[in-house]
Amino acid sequence: MKRTTIDLWVGIFVAIGIAAVTFLSLKVANLTPQSAEASYPLYAEFDNIGGLKVKAPVKSSGVVVGRVASIELDTQRYLAKVTLSLDKRYQFSRDTSAEILTSGLLGEQYIGLVQGGDPDNLKPGERIDLTSSALVLEQLIGKFMLNFAEKGAAKEGSPAGSSGAQ
Amino acid sequence: MFETLTAPLRHLGHVTINAIWRLGFASRFLLAILLQSGQSFRRLNLTIREVYFAGVLSLIIIVVSGLFVGMVLGLQGYNTLSRFGSADALGALVALSLLRELGPVLAALLFASRSGSAMTAEIGLMKATEQLDAMSVMAVNPIARVVAPRFWAGVISMPVLAALFNVTGIFGGYFVGVQLIGLDEGTFWSQMQNSVDLHNDVINGLIKSLFFGIAVTLIAVFEGYDATPTAAGVSSATTRTVVTSALVILALDFVLTAFMF
Repeated sequence: MKRTTIDLWVGIFVAIGIAAVTFLSLKVANLTPQSAEASYPLYAEFDNIGGLKVKAPVKSSGVVVGRVASIELDTQRYLAKVTLSLDKRYQFSRDTSAEILTSGLLGEQYIGLVQGGDPDNLKPGERIDLTSSALVLEQLIGKFMLNFAEKGAAKEGSPAGSSGAQ
Repeated sequence: MFETLTAPLRHLGHVTINAIWRLGFASRFLLAILLQSGQSFRRLNLTIREVYFAGVLSLIIIVVSGLFVGMVLGLQGYNTLSRFGSADALGALVALSLLRELGPVLAALLFASRSGSAMTAEIGLMKATEQLDAMSVMAVNPIARVVAPRFWAGVISMPVLAALFNVTGIFGGYFVGVQLIGLDEGTFWSQMQNSVDLHNDVINGLIKSLFFGIAVTLIAVFEGYDATPTAAGVSSATTRTVVTSALVILALDFVLTAFMF
């Protein structure tokens, strides 16, 4: 086969390869060049973050507005300190509340932000004061059982008391 | 009496020493290829020619197999996932299994049987017909002229083929999941994009395929160069290339996965 034909085919081959890698990075891995300037940090403290992971989405009204940048334990007060990296386009008021939610029944956990009414916005590096922790299934069941047992005890206690009075 | 009793042990010892000797020879052979590979970059058309034979001619089999593997993943994944009510995660399942394991491994297995065996047969036949000796007589180093370009062609082609396998596989899964079964297109892609990480999945998969490329091509050229210069010797060398490559790919995949993920 002629050399130019081989060169052409190898050129096409390499071009297809580059196109494939580009497709994988852009469309499949969703690589969006996000510079440090386009985002700003905020942090929030939670009693319990449940199964929240770094890079989990931060959503407001269901729209992704940022990502969880880091999670660490504050060893002074033993609270989880979660740093959020939010898109510069979205500003939130000072009394914004953050809660840890789950997408679907068994889905991954994310942070939901609810805008408050304060006219001043949170500045980069400030803390979101109003937080509510993740729902931990065991604790939920524990509370439910406790309630149930208390109600049961109250019910059993009242007929026993009335029979004693007779 | 003593001789017959120790015969199995001696045989075992011989096999072990032979295996270690071949491993050492293969390592020195790799070193020789690396030292002699200057020419395959200075005379680039030597390497480009081999990329054509090893890579471009493997395109069809890679694309077709990738498509079918992706389609099968789509069907089977849908059947299993829908049982747990999470058919939406099909995109993530198809993309992750292809990018992390199936793409690099299957592309390397196909590459070993399609191009590795051809390399072994070609070099083995060159040796059997004394073309390699003739080159040495003419002061042309056969490793620099014949082996190194094929080695580099394999190392270059393998990641490209694996990436292509991944893309066609994802399209196969997309075709079955979205077009045939009727899942939501947006969910399919967004689930995939949420769970696939560029560095963790895409780049690590490509690094894997690069390692496989080095291993498969080294085995192929080594078996060819080491073949007994007879018709039967070339045939058994070709068989050994395919079998050894398959085993090495799977073993190496386990080691790389243990380190990467």
